[in-house]
Amino acid sequence: MPPWLDDLLWTYQNLVYALGVNGLLALSMYVVLAIGQLSMGQAAFMGLGAYSSALMTLKLGMPFWAVLPLSMVTPVLFALAIGGPTLRLSGVYLAIATIGLGEVLRAVYLNVDMFGGALGLSGIPERAGLGLIYGALLLALVGLWLVGRSSIGRAMEAMREDEVAAQVMGVPVARYRMAALVTSAAIAGLAGALSAHVSSFIGPNEYGFEPAVTILSYVLLGGVGTPLAPVLGAWVLTLLPEVLRGFTDARGIVNGIIIVVAVLFLPNGLLAWRMRRRAA
Amino acid sequence: MLAQQLTNGVLLGATYALFALGFTLMFGVLRVVNLTYGFYFSAGAFAALWLARQGFSVWTTLPLAALASGMLAVGLDWLLLTRLRRIQAPELSSLMVTLGGVLALYSALAAWMGPDIRRLPPGWVSADAFVVGPVRVTAAQLLIVGATAVLVAGLLAIMRGTRLGLAIRAMAEKPDAAQLMGINTGRAAATVSFLSGCLAGAGGVLIGLNFNAIQPYMGETMMLRGFVVIIVGGLGDIRGALVAGLLLGVVEVLTAGYVASGLKEAVAFLILVAVLWTKPSGLFGHAVTRRA
Repeated sequence: MPPWLDDLLWTYQNLVYALGVNGLLALSMYVVLAIGQLSMGQAAFMGLGAYSSALMTLKLGMPFWAVLPLSMVTPVLFALAIGGPTLRLSGVYLAIATIGLGEVLRAVYLNVDMFGGALGLSGIPERAGLGLIYGALLLALVGLWLVGRSSIGRAMEAMREDEVAAQVMGVPVARYRMAALVTSAAIAGLAGALSAHVSSFIGPNEYGFEPAVTILSYVLLGGVGTPLAPVLGAWVLTLLPEVLRGFTDARGIVNGIIIVVAVLFLPNGLLAWRMRRRAA
Repeated sequence: MLAQQLTNGVLLGATYALFALGFTLMFGVLRVVNLTYGFYFSAGAFAALWLARQGFSVWTTLPLAALASGMLAVGLDWLLLTRLRRIQAPELSSLMVTLGGVLALYSALAAWMGPDIRRLPPGWVSADAFVVGPVRVTAAQLLIVGATAVLVAGLLAIMRGTRLGLAIRAMAEKPDAAQLMGINTGRAAATVSFLSGCLAGAGGVLIGLNFNAIQPYMGETMMLRGFVVIIVGGLGDIRGALVAGLLLGVVEVLTAGYVASGLKEAVAFLILVAVLWTKPSGLFGHAVTRRA
């Protein structure tokens, strides 16, 4: 690695980590939005991954190679418990239940001793590095890209446009919905574990309402046409506070307004690309 | 001990019911899960705080704060949702718009007021308490339950007894048909937003009074109760929301009293998930036949 690049990475280390983790979170939101469902549980799933992995490392002393895949288990179990009943109903139920999940988990982290209360958990060893974070991001991106190009991607697009028509054409709608939610929870849980193991500290407020809405703004800014668009959306919104001074305080306001404007005026996001596929 | 806990639970549940009533009314008529709703709760509480510091009594503050929240609700509904209603956008679009809107609103309120917890002026409501047998009830609690009863009765009177209420109920049933029958659906929608905003604002004042802790994100934490109540009661079901609100208050107080106070949110959420698994149409709901 040339020395100037090394310096640059060292100076902006936290930002570089955040870009990778937020890219993963954007992908986790993309998976669900791409089939026309809205889950607001991404931050909650991330928190479950972060807390469960931190406890495995700190309390059980487990090796990191085992912690990382296991960090996806708890979020997936929660996704199954919530997705089971809500995915059979209209989309509002999933949205409501997942927003509720975030609020509840924050209260639990705050009030149960095992999770460190308001102080959170600290002293988590910094085991994850650039290679691991960007490797996971690349893997998720390529995986979702390949799925998007396949017939499953076509079915996902059909569900997003018109679910009833998709079902009539033989798309197993219920199964795909659950698969999307579980994948989304797994990616978010992994992102949580990775971020916990680079920042060495996690606290209850990192996974609350505002982060959940911020993740949505990444995807709505980018669009859901391809998996690359939400990642770029996440990068723009992560870099913006670094570039514009004073933006940090107004971040919540700006992210909120981005969502409003995107839904009202830019239903396909800024990068309204579409996946190219061969005719079936 | 138990009698006292039950009384406290019912009193708390009354405010939950009041809060969720407007939320479920909005959903029932406008078919929108309007997440800005929690903000009207915070707005009502902050309006009350300001009015109380100006020296207004609680009797003038409560209606004024409720009116202010109601007007805010009409304005925000117009700003965020009229366009989506016109193009008949899917319900998730409107949910996302209100989600973005409410994040911006909370952030703005927190930037303006600061994140600290504020308190009402001491002695604003008398600290007297009444003892009936084993149960002790404060004047503030009596005020809360009285105000809730008046507001709920008023809402039911409007919905059941006036032409306006008839128009709103017609719109909840079938908006297109209501419009063809000559109902001004735009105005009915604004009325519903106004009434819901008033209920949320009044709830904010009363909860602010009950816990005497007012901060910008208080509406956000309240939304969890709102979700539990409207889903357990059945989306759009006014009677269900009343019963579920009271039940939730009792359950929370009993959990805090006999299990652990840190777990009351978790218990509320467990109830939500259990109802979704077993009877997603809510307490009094019929089988869901409206699909797609």
